[in-house]
Amino acid sequence: MQQESASHGINLDALGRKKQTFDLASEPVALEVPGLKLFYGDKQALYDVRMNIPKNRVTAFIGPSGCGKSTLLRCFNRMNDLVDGCRVEGGIKLDGQDIYRKGVDVAELRRRVGMVFQKPNPFPKSIYENVVYGLRIQGINKKRTLDDAVEWALKGAALWDEVKDRLHDSALGLSGGQQQRLVIARTIAVEPEVLLLDEPCSALDPISTLKVEELIFELKSKYTIVIVTHNMQQAARVSDYTAFMYMGKLIEYGDTDTLFTNPAQKQTEDYITGRYG
Amino acid sequence: MKQQNLKTWFKSGSPWVWMTGGGVSIAVIMTIGLLMLIAVRGLGHFWPADVLEADYQVPGQPAQVVAGEVVEAEEVPRARLAASGLPVDADGGEFMTRELLKVGNRELFGADFNWVVGEWLANPRKPESLVVFERREWGNFYGYLLGVKESGRLVAEGEGAWKELLSRIERVAGLHEQLAQLERADIGRVNHALERLRLKERGLELGGDLDADAQADLAAERAQWGVRYRELESQLVVLQQEFNRDSVLVRTADGREEEITLGKVVRAYQPNAMGLGEKFGFYFAKLWEFVSDEPREANTEGGIFPAIFGTVMMTLIMAVLVTPFGVLAAIYLREYAKQGPLTRVIRIAVNNLAGVPAIVYGVFGLGFFVYVLGGSIDRLLFAEALPAPTFGTPGLLWASLTLAILAVPVVIVATEEGLARIPRALREGSLALGATKAETLWKVVLPMASPAMMTGLILAVARAAGEVAPLMLVGVVKLAPSLPVDGNYPYLHLDQKIMHLGFHIYDVGFQSPNVEAARPLVYATALLLVLVIALLNLSAVYIRNRLREKYKALDH
Repeated sequence: MQQESASHGINLDALGRKKQTFDLASEPVALEVPGLKLFYGDKQALYDVRMNIPKNRVTAFIGPSGCGKSTLLRCFNRMNDLVDGCRVEGGIKLDGQDIYRKGVDVAELRRRVGMVFQKPNPFPKSIYENVVYGLRIQGINKKRTLDDAVEWALKGAALWDEVKDRLHDSALGLSGGQQQRLVIARTIAVEPEVLLLDEPCSALDPISTLKVEELIFELKSKYTIVIVTHNMQQAARVSDYTAFMYMGKLIEYGDTDTLFTNPAQKQTEDYITGRYG
Repeated sequence: MKQQNLKTWFKSGSPWVWMTGGGVSIAVIMTIGLLMLIAVRGLGHFWPADVLEADYQVPGQPAQVVAGEVVEAEEVPRARLAASGLPVDADGGEFMTRELLKVGNRELFGADFNWVVGEWLANPRKPESLVVFERREWGNFYGYLLGVKESGRLVAEGEGAWKELLSRIERVAGLHEQLAQLERADIGRVNHALERLRLKERGLELGGDLDADAQADLAAERAQWGVRYRELESQLVVLQQEFNRDSVLVRTADGREEEITLGKVVRAYQPNAMGLGEKFGFYFAKLWEFVSDEPREANTEGGIFPAIFGTVMMTLIMAVLVTPFGVLAAIYLREYAKQGPLTRVIRIAVNNLAGVPAIVYGVFGLGFFVYVLGGSIDRLLFAEALPAPTFGTPGLLWASLTLAILAVPVVIVATEEGLARIPRALREGSLALGATKAETLWKVVLPMASPAMMTGLILAVARAAGEVAPLMLVGVVKLAPSLPVDGNYPYLHLDQKIMHLGFHIYDVGFQSPNVEAARPLVYATALLLVLVIALLNLSAVYIRNRLREKYKALDH
């Protein structure tokens, strides 16, 4: 195994990752993708993607730019609905329910499936108001409840100690890393079941990245996390499962250690050893 | 070699710098020049200039004494003066000086202003005892104070007369205020109530409900108001008698004696005896009168407060009407409408609306708002007042509404641009938290677009406040001293006609019977119009900057 990792992929030991192998088949399923196709107009962007996202695990999507990993991620909370001419076939099941069936309350779905974007996007409001935004949308306005939620969510996002004395200052005064953690806090404040992270660290400096990664590690006990990343080291550091996508197809999907150290597909091996992408 | 230099000079970009810089400088100079011109011409009017007295000897005529303020002097060819019939000596320099004197005393001379030939003035002097009386009608009077009379009896003469005069003018000013209060507010209220009763009766009559009981009620109420009216009327008579009790005896420079009722005098002053400090005090008092008082003498004297008030009021109502209109239209166009050929056509149409000449809007306002809309409102809601129109005639509301239509494209365009600039990431952030599109719009997008809306409003105000042409058709008149806001229900009278600074400039400048007197007022009013618009704009800019500060997330 050791030698193989040196020859075929990334040296996981060097990343300080505790070695752990998972068995996908035995995991409870959070999101089931039974064969998803997605079209932008006439152009097909995703080809028959089949995968099960396990509950309370971190699943990473890797692949070269334009491979469809962000598109796939945005299918989980139907963010693609906002794109003109976008059409989805095949459906996705959240807890056994198809989220693309008729009559689904998309707002409710997005509350259950939270999302953090590439660039930190706090609202131009106070830190406090950012965190309680989702709760206020749900009609919760009781001060005690909101105060508790703010503290809980900010602690959950490892931001509380840094901002507890200036909750009512503008969120735009925070650093990029703090802003991204605030966005995570804002997302977990509505207590979603699934957390979608779309390259959450690509706009952050290394120290902030490290903090967010630590946070992801802590959050996985409570949430099912799906993360899209460009950075293979990051995928290897934080994820339990990894999916490699290429040209709109899911090439390989499985336990992270196995995928990085002993990829089954030639394309996967080429990508993780840096031969293309 | 030279060509080479020229080429490098062009390449270096300095011709561009010079050209662009030149453009800016010309613009700045023109703006400053414009403001300076109207400021100097307009503000000088209020200065209490010295009054010149001189012997005026027109060759071949008996000498006379003239007195007046020198308004301007110019060099005129001798030949032209001769051609105009003046007995000018054929010898001498090619040019002669001609001076325009403001001689006042219109009832004696027929005109306030008089051209005199400078060479024929002899022995010029500035007698300190020369008094200028500013009167409520007939313009200024220049002369010497002889005495003060009370009820036809002489009470002061010579030295003591001046002091006596000043104290009595003060008394008259107080009485004038009381009179105005009585006539405008108290009697106005009674008239308003009587008119309401009349309308009520007519309304009952139209509805067929005018029975004996109602008639008795109305009569009783009317009698009550009648008593009140007679009370006020008797007060008025007493006040008026008091007001006209005193008079002054004056002698003009050329020796005629006149008597002026003090009720007609606004103020009296001796400009030649005034020190610089006094003159400044007087100047600011006049300036204050200009911005706070009502016009007199066909708008050539007094103040222009009703015009300022009308302009501000109309612009504010316009802003209140145009903002929701424009913002809602922009939101629909940008956020909800399917972007396609139809929206593109609508957008082009909206942009072109901004280029329609303003007078066309005036015609539309008159034809549609006043006649169609106002006529219908009158038939439906004010039937009892017909055939006298209430809203079926030009008025404040229609003027504001016409301006709102005129300015709405500006607001739409600015708001749309603002909405388009809100980062997609923020909308998605809100949607991803379970907010619907409407909630996202309301809680995130609109607050962030509010500075853009304010920009639209600023542009709308700038466009609308200076507009004159359409207003002449839909509600602005030459003289409407009663303000559209007063103490009588419903307090804001949207059906009333108003005065407007822009129209006032036109009226004073072109429609005035007394051109020379009006000219400085044209400049002063223009300056004030610029100031009012600048003030309205600055306050809007201030609000916008506060909003921008609050929502400065656009650099994401």
